[in-house]
Amino acid sequence: MQIGRVIGTVVSTQKHRTFEGAKLLLVQPLAMDDTPRGAPLLAVDGVGAGVHEKVLIVLEGRAAGEALGRKAAPVDAAIVGIIDTVTISG
Amino acid sequence: MQLARVIGDVVTTRKDENLVGIKLLVVQPLTPDHQPVGRPLVAVDAVGAGVGEEVFFVRGKEASFPFYPAEPPVDAGIVGIVDHWDVE
Repeated sequence: MQIGRVIGTVVSTQKHRTFEGAKLLLVQPLAMDDTPRGAPLLAVDGVGAGVHEKVLIVLEGRAAGEALGRKAAPVDAAIVGIIDTVTISG
Repeated sequence: MQLARVIGDVVTTRKDENLVGIKLLVVQPLTPDHQPVGRPLVAVDAVGAGVGEEVFFVRGKEASFPFYPAEPPVDAGIVGIVDHWDVE
């Protein structure tokens, strides 16, 4: 999993039926020191995240489908947690 | 699977219900000569690993298999704590 920050929302009317009712968010992946890393991506939201929140994202198709609660959903990224803290100590 | 060192942990209160009770750790992948390689990532812990330990982890949906029949939405999981390794 990766850490990211929610930077926006996405609205789509015409979409695959498995996306019905799903919330799509724009997420900027972060390095462990919170600096942006790589290109922002779209993730389905499984936990009720909002803009500016730091989140845990899963970047694997079937796992993202589990987060959405749907089998065979055409997704490859999902928000599965809202992060309280990341502690690097090792 | 890949060798890594556990370098930190992640705390989440609000999360997918299938993640409740599962420990989240930050792992830094290692080369066989114990040097960091690539970027750190977050992995679930299936073996009771802790910060500072050398472990091996699996990527992909398979990372959820240790928690079967639960299917947590995860893409990386620690599946072993390494006692030592030798390269010849």
